[in-house]
Amino acid sequence: MRLSQTSPEQVEVYRFPWLAAALIPALAIFFQAFLPAHLPFLSIFDVPLLVTIFLGVTRRNPVTGLLTGCVIGLIQDSLTHHPLGVYGIAKTVVGFGASSLGVKLDVENAASRFLVTYGFYLLHQFLYFTVQRGLVGQALGWAWGHELLAALANATAAVALFAVLDRFKQRN
Amino acid sequence: MENLLTRHRNLSVLAAVLFVQVFGLAVQVKRSNDPQQTRLIRYWAVTAITPFERAIVHTQGAVYGVWHNYLYLRGVRQENRDLKAQIEQLRLEQVRLSQDASQARRLQVLLGFKEQSILETMPAQVVGSSGSEQSRSLFLDKGGDDGLKKNMAVITSDGVVGKVFQVYPHTAQVLLINDQTSGLGAIVERLRLQGIVRGSPNGETMLEKVMADEEVQAGDKVITTGGDGIFPKGLPVGSIVKVSSSDLFLKIRLRPAADLSRLEEVLVITKMQDVAPAAGDVAGSQRAVDILAARLPGVPEKTETNKDGSTGNAAAGGVPNAALPKSTPQSAPQAPHQLAPQPAPRNAAKKPGNESLPKLLPHSLPHSGDPQAKPAKSLQPPPALKPVSFSVSDRKP
Repeated sequence: MRLSQTSPEQVEVYRFPWLAAALIPALAIFFQAFLPAHLPFLSIFDVPLLVTIFLGVTRRNPVTGLLTGCVIGLIQDSLTHHPLGVYGIAKTVVGFGASSLGVKLDVENAASRFLVTYGFYLLHQFLYFTVQRGLVGQALGWAWGHELLAALANATAAVALFAVLDRFKQRN
Repeated sequence: MENLLTRHRNLSVLAAVLFVQVFGLAVQVKRSNDPQQTRLIRYWAVTAITPFERAIVHTQGAVYGVWHNYLYLRGVRQENRDLKAQIEQLRLEQVRLSQDASQARRLQVLLGFKEQSILETMPAQVVGSSGSEQSRSLFLDKGGDDGLKKNMAVITSDGVVGKVFQVYPHTAQVLLINDQTSGLGAIVERLRLQGIVRGSPNGETMLEKVMADEEVQAGDKVITTGGDGIFPKGLPVGSIVKVSSSDLFLKIRLRPAADLSRLEEVLVITKMQDVAPAAGDVAGSQRAVDILAARLPGVPEKTETNKDGSTGNAAAGGVPNAALPKSTPQSAPQAPHQLAPQPAPRNAAKKPGNESLPKLLPHSLPHSGDPQAKPAKSLQPPPALKPVSFSVSDRKP
């Protein structure tokens, strides 16, 4: 299994139709707000984060990736009662990291998608907790067991979700 | 410098975006003491998302209603029979409770108690959540246009849910009691110990500020004190699951009375009222003070001769006997069907459609966590004086 790419020529950059680019994050945020209210166990998934990672690694443009993460994060923040920017900062960094990594790694196969999502989920949670604790002054409990399990669940979900979202991408 | 920015364009943009967000966050944290304003982005996001949530929830409700009300009626006849039998049992129970309630009201009058009672509630449906494990809040399908305001209490028939945190025209955000930033005055019912209920970082409901030397046990019920001005007194908050000792205070974990993870419909208390039990509740009947005075030992009947030659009782603070209604504590109890309980005045003000509320009312009778509670407790008739029989027929309709 090849995870790295050696030359920029091998890198394929994709784009999305504007409707898909707008609707995919919107639907992700909608499901994130709607489903856990009725099926509480689904709150372990962070669908907007998965979409941020997917758009980042597919478009492979760091500026677009970080801006996408920023917007998705801020909208997600606006549905909570916390100050705006906590999710925004975490997802901005993840969007930047995912698109930068997308240039260097082959993220078309399931194993690399699983690993990338697993890592970025933990990074996202670390940033979220750091910002919440350091800037907002709210002590959140970090439970390693829960976070590792949630990362596993999100990485597994990402493999399935990315396969569905692949249908919307177009070669640039 | 310009070269540097161009060369590291991506990193520069990242730094700029992060700086703006950190700055914005700092400004919000700094202004968190100001009256909360709704940011435009919040307003847009909530207004864009909640209509779809409402549409789905209402459609789902309609389909469920058609199926269960018109199509799937298996076992309804048997259930009807069981419910009728249950009603008979509850009627008997209600008679007993109404007697206890009337006694409690009389004692409240004696102490001039005021309690907050629920005057109006509005049923609302849960349509969405914050979508974050760290922000335990919900969105309702009712908002400012329906009369909801900030800091209104949100309950279910089982107990307290939370308070209205943010109001939008057609929706409202409810902060649950298991959120870390919430706080609610509560009392351990058995021991009358006061504390604060709030959420832990991992979403558990905790009772805080109870001293480590108190004998709190698992299974003890916790109710609201009413002291926070949001929740009426005596609503069930939960029961204690685990008690562990830390340095100065106990670490008490609660199981919320309302299942906070499976909320579908809630009641928002839109109107509360300070109620001092009206004198009319006891007028015409024997008064509790008469019963207590008649039964307390060691107060000899003192007969004195008035100037006009008539005799009178100078006991009970010199109140002439003629001014007191005749005390008939030993009157024969009436048959249960004659003791049909009448709705208490504060219940009568409740709006129709709140069928689940009565389950709460026995709790909202005068339990008290504040300093007023102690005298109330000590005013209960001593065990030797029981049973005290009150004539319910004397109560005003």
